[in-house]
Amino acid sequence: MPYRLLKYAFKNPEELGDPRYFDQPEKLKSSYDVVIIGGGGHGLACAYYLARDFGITNVAVLEQGYVGGGNTGRNTTIVRSNYLTPEGVKFYDESLKLYLDLSDDLDINLMYSTRGHFTLAHSDSAMRTSRWRAETNKHLGIDSEVVDRQFIKNEVPYLDLDCGGTHPIMGALYHGPGAVARHDAVAWGYGRAANVRGVEIHQKTQVTGIKTNDDGTKVVGVETNRGFVQAGKVISMVAGSSPRITSMVGLKTPIEIFPLQACVTEPVKPFMDTIIVSGSLHCYVSQSSRGEMVMGASADPQELHSTRSSFDFVEGLTDQMMDLLPFTGGLRLMRQWAGMCDMTPDFAPIMGKTPIDNFYLDGGWGTWGFKATPVSGKTMAYTVANDKVHDLIKPFGLDRFDTYKLVGEKGAASVGH
Amino acid sequence: MKVIDCPHIGKRPMSEFVYGHEVREMPKPSEASDKEWADYVFSRDGAPGVKKEWWHHVPSGIWFVFERDTLTDKFIRLVDIAEVQYEL
Repeated sequence: MPYRLLKYAFKNPEELGDPRYFDQPEKLKSSYDVVIIGGGGHGLACAYYLARDFGITNVAVLEQGYVGGGNTGRNTTIVRSNYLTPEGVKFYDESLKLYLDLSDDLDINLMYSTRGHFTLAHSDSAMRTSRWRAETNKHLGIDSEVVDRQFIKNEVPYLDLDCGGTHPIMGALYHGPGAVARHDAVAWGYGRAANVRGVEIHQKTQVTGIKTNDDGTKVVGVETNRGFVQAGKVISMVAGSSPRITSMVGLKTPIEIFPLQACVTEPVKPFMDTIIVSGSLHCYVSQSSRGEMVMGASADPQELHSTRSSFDFVEGLTDQMMDLLPFTGGLRLMRQWAGMCDMTPDFAPIMGKTPIDNFYLDGGWGTWGFKATPVSGKTMAYTVANDKVHDLIKPFGLDRFDTYKLVGEKGAASVGH
Repeated sequence: MKVIDCPHIGKRPMSEFVYGHEVREMPKPSEASDKEWADYVFSRDGAPGVKKEWWHHVPSGIWFVFERDTLTDKFIRLVDIAEVQYEL
């Protein structure tokens, strides 16, 4: 029995030179300038940019569970900007650029690793979408091109290019800057950097209601399981819980919740340094730095507010995956999990101001939220601090549905998240 | 495998069904304003709860309306179509 180890169990971590990432304040203040609902990547990034760029530090981030325990810790960590619409491409590319030096900025190793991202095309129509995306991307200065079978064979030699003979690969959209990063560290890094600047992070604090003035046109505070707090401004950054929050202020949105499942295999030697997505086979895969194959598919078919996993998912996914990478049949699955995605009809987020004064929405993040964490935080902080919507997120306003000005991102976001 | 128990066709695997979203009443296209129509086309009740939903049983080609709890994924009952009918 290593008694010398045991004594550490009873010590305060700070005495051991391993300080906590953020303070755990005992009490909520009675009033804050800004209350951010949701302590995931987006909420903490927004708090950080509010404090750093706009000097707004009387901010509370309220998290019902623990920091990064929602979709921030459940996504498959892919960062890319090869979207389909000019609005989306510009927005996600700004995020990718912020990611590049974010480890330095936050003084934490995000393990950001540029891998190269293949979206395989198995049909003429998929080739057409690839070409469309490549041209839009190149026009906006993004490294993105259509490649042929030989190129794929050279880069990804272990891929069965004929997919068992049933879905032969015709080509692919190749996006060199496609990357993976350590998702928890993004939340922890932003949380610590915001906390150092005076932002309070309250975990296990659930918002149970939102208080408005008498005619419901202006938000004045939030009810929580730890009491009422007055708030100058309230921002909802809760991804899969968005409809619960918007229903508290009577705001109608197109958001519906669908679970998205993912799984990892046992770790194997690093051999695959690219990210592979197949829209036709409804699956995608990358290898983590630990050697696990991280795999996922499109969202579940029916609305569900739950993070349950299903065997149907694993059965369907592995069937397709073995067509693509036949050797994966010999690997064992280690974990599977799910996250609740707030899906929108056009596969683009809903961001910015709402018809209710002092209430801001950052939702509709569906299956594309992790890559947008830095830019979402930054543009929402600008929007809230100036009460003026940032140019990059103007196309993503809730009012776009009233005027039928949808963003149409489904072709680039439904399987490759 | 999840199974849906339907009084008409018995216990069938969920994979035989296609989800058809919540039952909603369509406003009259000739009378609705553009805003009302956009609201019908896009807005949804996204909060969890017991909802009446369309489910298509593909092998038999029948559309059913089931009441389901979207928090627990429990199918509560088959809804009589007369309950959700309305004048067009």
